[in-house]
Amino acid sequence: MLSYILRRAAHLLTLLAAVSILCFGLVSLSPIDPVDAYVGADVFKVGPEQREKIAQRWGLDKPPVERFTAWAGNMLRGDFGTSAIFNEPVLDVIGKRFMVSLWLMSLAWVLSGLVGFALGVAAGAMEGTWIDTSIRFYAYLLAGTPTFWLGLLLLIIFSVKLQLTPICCAAPPGVLPGDVTFWQAVQHLLLPAATLSIVGISAVIMHTRQKMTQVMHSDYALFARAQGERTPGIVRHHAVRNVVLPAITLQFATLGELFGGSILAEQVFSYPGLGRATVEAGVRGDVPLLLGIVLVSAVFVFAGNTVADILYRVVDPRIGWERAA
Amino acid sequence: MLRVNDLTISFTRYGRGVSRDALKPVCGLNLDVKPGELLAVIGSSGSGKSLLAHAILGILPGNCRVEGGLLFRGEPLTPRRQKALRGRSIALIPQSVGFLNPLVRLGGQVRRAAALSGMAGGQARHAADAAFSRYGLAPAVSRYFPHQVSGGMARRVLSATATVGDADLIIADEPTTGLHREASRESLGFLRALADAGKSVLVITHDLKAVLPWADRVAVFHGGTTVELTAAANFSNDLSGLRHPYSRAMWMALPENEFAAEHASTQGGEQGCPFSYLCGCSDAACAAAPPAPVLFEDGFVRCHHA
Repeated sequence: MLSYILRRAAHLLTLLAAVSILCFGLVSLSPIDPVDAYVGADVFKVGPEQREKIAQRWGLDKPPVERFTAWAGNMLRGDFGTSAIFNEPVLDVIGKRFMVSLWLMSLAWVLSGLVGFALGVAAGAMEGTWIDTSIRFYAYLLAGTPTFWLGLLLLIIFSVKLQLTPICCAAPPGVLPGDVTFWQAVQHLLLPAATLSIVGISAVIMHTRQKMTQVMHSDYALFARAQGERTPGIVRHHAVRNVVLPAITLQFATLGELFGGSILAEQVFSYPGLGRATVEAGVRGDVPLLLGIVLVSAVFVFAGNTVADILYRVVDPRIGWERAA
Repeated sequence: MLRVNDLTISFTRYGRGVSRDALKPVCGLNLDVKPGELLAVIGSSGSGKSLLAHAILGILPGNCRVEGGLLFRGEPLTPRRQKALRGRSIALIPQSVGFLNPLVRLGGQVRRAAALSGMAGGQARHAADAAFSRYGLAPAVSRYFPHQVSGGMARRVLSATATVGDADLIIADEPTTGLHREASRESLGFLRALADAGKSVLVITHDLKAVLPWADRVAVFHGGTTVELTAAANFSNDLSGLRHPYSRAMWMALPENEFAAEHASTQGGEQGCPFSYLCGCSDAACAAAPPAPVLFEDGFVRCHHA
C-alpha cells in the first residue's frame, strides 16, 4: 500500500517534469510572438522601445533555457507567475475558470457515464436484436461526430429555431456574476453539457457493450443459465458487477478527453471556462497561464487514472496492492 | 429418469464467402439413466461429449440444431420444459472453477443456485450452509472468491451448487479433470453418494479408469454416438462381456492393460460405422451403413459383428 503510494507519487513528479519541459519547448518554438499578440490592434501605436520594455518586463529578452529555469524555480516555490492577458496571478485565473468548467464537465461526465452504461448493458444483453443494432448505429454515428459541429447543430435547433436556450456564455449579458440565478446558470449550462456528454457517450456504449457480450458468452453465464437463471438474472447477478468495473475505469480514464472536448464545446458556446482560457492563452502567447493550465490538467487527468486504478483494486479481489504499479 | 433417443446435434458453420457446412458432432446418440444409477459416458477428449449435457439442459448456442427425442420422467423435454426444469430438477456440475463468476463470493453463488431452485431467501441461505458442510467446506470458504480455492475445493463448491436444490438428475461434466488421484476419488465418491440417495447421475468423462469403480453402467461414446451401453462390470480382463470392438480397444489402451494404442478420430465415416476404418473386423457391411443398436438386457451395442 505504502509502496503503491510512493510509486504513484514518483510517477506524477516525472510526468509533471516531462510535461512542463515539453510544453515549454513547444511554446518557445511557436511562431506566435507574445508581444505582438499582447499589443494586438495597437501594433502601429507601439514603438520599438515600448515593445522592448514589455519584452524586458516579461523576461522575453533572455534565452529560453534561462527563462525555463527561472519559471521552474518559481514553480517549485508554488509561484505559478502572472497571466499576461488577464493581469492576474495564474492560479487565480485557473481557479475561477475551473469552477465554471467544473459544473459543465461534471454534468457531462455523469450523464455520459450513466446513459452510456445503461445503453451498453442493454445492447450487450440483447446482442443481435434490433435494439442492439439501433444502439450500435447511434454509437457509431456519434463516434464520427465532431464536437464543434454537434454544438453548432444544437445551437441552431435549440437557441436559434426554438429559442429555448441562450446562444452563448455562462450568464445573460450585463448581469453581474453574483446576480445570476440558479435557473439562468442551468439554462446556460444545458447545451454545452449536452454537447459534451453526447459526444462522450459512444465510447462508453461500445466499451460496455463489448464487455457485456463477453460476459454473456462466458462459462459462468452458461453455468448460471444451467442453474435456471434467465437473461435479466444473468445481467443483474453476474454481468453488471463484471462490467461496471471497466466502465468506471474508462470513465475516469477519459477525463483527459473530457478536458479536450470541453475546449471545443466552450469555444462554440463562448462558455468562459478553463477550455476557453486555454485557447486564449495559446493564441495570445500567455506562456505562464498556458503552462499552468497544462500542469493543472495533467494533475487532474492523473488523478482520474489513479482513482480508476484504486477502484479496480478495491472492487476486483484478484488485484492486490503490491503487484504492478 | 432420462432417456435419450437418437439425439443429433448439428452446427451450421460459415465458411469462406457464402458457403455453409453443417457439422454433426453428435449423431444418433442413445442412452438412458435410471433413478439411483450412476451412468458414465466415456469418450475421448474433444469428441463433443459436453454437448450432450448442454443439449439435455437446453443451453446450446443459437447456431445449433437438436433433433431426436429427450425424455425426462417419460415426458418429452421441450425447450419450455427445459427452461422450467434446469436448476430445479436437472442440475449441472460443470468442469472447472472457470464456470463460477470470478467476482462473486462462493457462498453468494451457492445461495443464488439455491434461490434459483425455488427457495425463499432464508431457506436458501440455510440450504447453502447445509450444502457447504455436506461437502466438508468450512463456513469461512463461503467468503472466498473462486480464485482463492484449490481445484479439489472448487469441485466441492461446484458440487454444492448443483446439489443445494433437490435435483433428481445430476449431470457432471468431466468431474476428474485437473485433479490428483485423491481429489478425483473424492469427487466421484460424492457423485456415487448422490446416486445411492436415489438420484440419477450422468457422469461425462474421458477417464475410464477413474470412473469404473463408481459407475453402474457405462456408455461408450465414439464418432458422435454411443457405440455400446453396458454394465461397468463388463470392463474386465476377460473381454467377453464387451461387445463392441471400440470398447475393447479402449479397455486395452489403459496403461495397466496392454497399452494398445487406439487412434480414435472424432469424426467417423460419412455413411458407415464410425469405427469401421480403425476396426480389425470391418468389412463391406460396416462401410456401407451405420449399425443399428442391438438390445441386450443390460444395454445395447451398435456393431454389425456383435
